[in-house]
Amino acid sequence: MHKISIENLYKIFGPHPEKALRLLEQGKTKDEIMQNTKHGVGVANASFYVDEGEIVVIMGLSGSGKSTLVRCINRLIEPTSGKVFVDNEDVTALSEEELRVFRQKHFGMVFQNFALFPHRTVLQNVEYGLEIQQTEPQERKERGMQAIEQVGLKGWEASYPSQLSGGMQQRVGLARALALDADIMLMDEAFSALDPLIRRDMQDELLMLQEEMQKTIVFISHDLDEALRLGDRIILMKDGVIVQEGTAEEILTSPANDYVVRFVEDVDMSKVLTAESVMVKPAEMAYYKTDGPKSALRKMKTAGISSIFVRKDRQLAGMVTAADAAEALKRGDKTLEHVMTENFDSVAPDTPANELFPLLADNNYPLAVVNEKNKLVGIIIKGSLLAGLAERGVS
Amino acid sequence: MEGYKIPIGQSIEALIDLLVDNFSFITKAFSNVTESGITILINIMMFFPPWLLILFFAGLAWFFSKKEGIAAFTLIGLVLIWNMGLWEPTVNTIALVLISTMFAIVIGVPLGIMAALNDIFYKIVMPILDFMQTMPAFVYLIPAIPFFGLGPVAAIFSTVVFSTPPAIRLTCLGIKQVPEELVEAADAFGSTKWQKLFKLQLPIATPTIMAGINQTIMLALSMVVIAAMIGAKGLGGEVWKAIQRLQPGRGFEAGIGIVIVAIILDRIMQRVGGKQE
Ligand SMILES: Nc1ncnc2c1ncn2[C@@H]1O[C@H](COP(=O)(O)OP(=O)(O)OP(=O)(O)O)[C@@H](O)[C@H]1O
Ligand SMILES: [Mg+2]
Repeated sequence: MHKISIENLYKIFGPHPEKALRLLEQGKTKDEIMQNTKHGVGVANASFYVDEGEIVVIMGLSGSGKSTLVRCINRLIEPTSGKVFVDNEDVTALSEEELRVFRQKHFGMVFQNFALFPHRTVLQNVEYGLEIQQTEPQERKERGMQAIEQVGLKGWEASYPSQLSGGMQQRVGLARALALDADIMLMDEAFSALDPLIRRDMQDELLMLQEEMQKTIVFISHDLDEALRLGDRIILMKDGVIVQEGTAEEILTSPANDYVVRFVEDVDMSKVLTAESVMVKPAEMAYYKTDGPKSALRKMKTAGISSIFVRKDRQLAGMVTAADAAEALKRGDKTLEHVMTENFDSVAPDTPANELFPLLADNNYPLAVVNEKNKLVGIIIKGSLLAGLAERGVS
Repeated sequence: MEGYKIPIGQSIEALIDLLVDNFSFITKAFSNVTESGITILINIMMFFPPWLLILFFAGLAWFFSKKEGIAAFTLIGLVLIWNMGLWEPTVNTIALVLISTMFAIVIGVPLGIMAALNDIFYKIVMPILDFMQTMPAFVYLIPAIPFFGLGPVAAIFSTVVFSTPPAIRLTCLGIKQVPEELVEAADAFGSTKWQKLFKLQLPIATPTIMAGINQTIMLALSMVVIAAMIGAKGLGGEVWKAIQRLQPGRGFEAGIGIVIVAIILDRIMQRVGGKQE
């Protein structure tokens, strides 16, 4: 079961959408329909799903229908046709009152233009959702303050939105949604108003929060870097239509059409970038001479990794997984000799980044980057590759 | 063209007769309540020595405006009125204005809210308001007499009718001016209509509503003066008496009194509204 699933969703703006719908079925484009009927096509035949705990990023140029699509999920915009399911419940079939309660329970929303309440302080803004659910004032305040701390605005809770910079207002908007504990977050360009540095911080923060909260997040962005960093999957829209849907790798490596190509060509950095530029230092290394299974296992545990590379005579000798090390420990092995495997991929520092995707895709372990003397110079994990690309991409 | 006269006047008279005959219990009730309200308010204000009340008003002006100038003007203005021997009519006028304004707010603000939230109601109410506001003020005196006879209640009735439109209009405007995106945000979190109204729309509309109430007070003051013609006492009554007795000096003094009261009310109300922004 998907957390959210959207089936054949259409949104036509205008008084007589039926006519425009028929034209759409005949294959007319958004512009033609605008010219002939004066009806705007917001979203046309969109279907996709979001799983529990997943971050799906919706991307596309301005006017491609991102906001409209997301607003159809909680029916801030009434879909013209199609269905929206959340937890298998048909949102489009809810009565007005049911919808209101449903929104309280399921949706936190961050708005593109902040939409903060100017007559309320930061704390009162953040508490709003809890207040209308009639949460006790004490609890309301605690949760409000916690959310304010999460977004790094502690000390500002008594200020009014007009006293804050755009980026800070954006964070208040984020806190307002976080305080709610709703299981779905709809985030419309939630970080667009932030300057690049804070933006990176907030992205990291969101990913960190997501680790513990496991919310289902629909995130709109028109920034590919951001999409690559945040998205478990990415949905690309053009003129109201979903043109491609897939993981960052899929979209980067096999763009569905020219539009996607143009969208990602800025990031064709993957051809320019090399393994060396996206690798990271291994968190921990094992030494063949001194480490036995027990200490290797302890190193993995403290570093929080599930495999470790082994060095012998200044060279990369092999890799040990946590499972194998534990096994060896039980057997009473004193060295790593029998558990070391060479069953991992290693690449040269000058390997182009786009060749790394397939290697990473069918491999659960990091790639080893080794130089001509077979010395380990770094490792590449999925996250570091995407982060590396995103960092150097063009916004 | 003059052969057949369309019976507009007759119809209205017939309607008024009908209302007087059948709904006099309502007008009587209104009359009783209002009359005792006026009497109590005036008695309270006249119970205190003028200087004490003047200090109280000046303090009030200070409290609302936080401006020494306005407080000082209130003090000096009211002392001047007292000195001109116009204290009792002034108290009378203020009482009538306060009570009329209260009615106008109680009627006008809810109607304004309804107009803002309901399109059909909006389309019905707005032309009526336009019509009401283009009518010359003293036309409203006419229907008041058959309902309430001559006297302060009739004066309040016509004052309320005359001064309510801006309260309705600006309440409606204030709520409609609340940015769509904020209403949307409130909706997105699952607010009820009432929560939206009380937590978002009314607070944001408050400065505009206050501006409307300010206009209402000003209109009420001007109408209370005109209502002297149908037996309202107060500063208007003094002017009216002066006209009939050909005492231009006396009339002018009463006129100054009206201006002073108007300025004080206006300045205080402007601050009350502006403070929220
Ligand atoms: N209320 C509306 N009435 C009519 N047309 C609308 C309305 N809202 C959006 N549209 C149209 O729908 C299309 C999609 O708009 P939408 O706001 O979803 O774009 P977007 O992808 O979010 O763009 P941006 O990145 O600029 O926020 C646009 O062509 C827009 O003109
Ligand atoms: Mg948008």
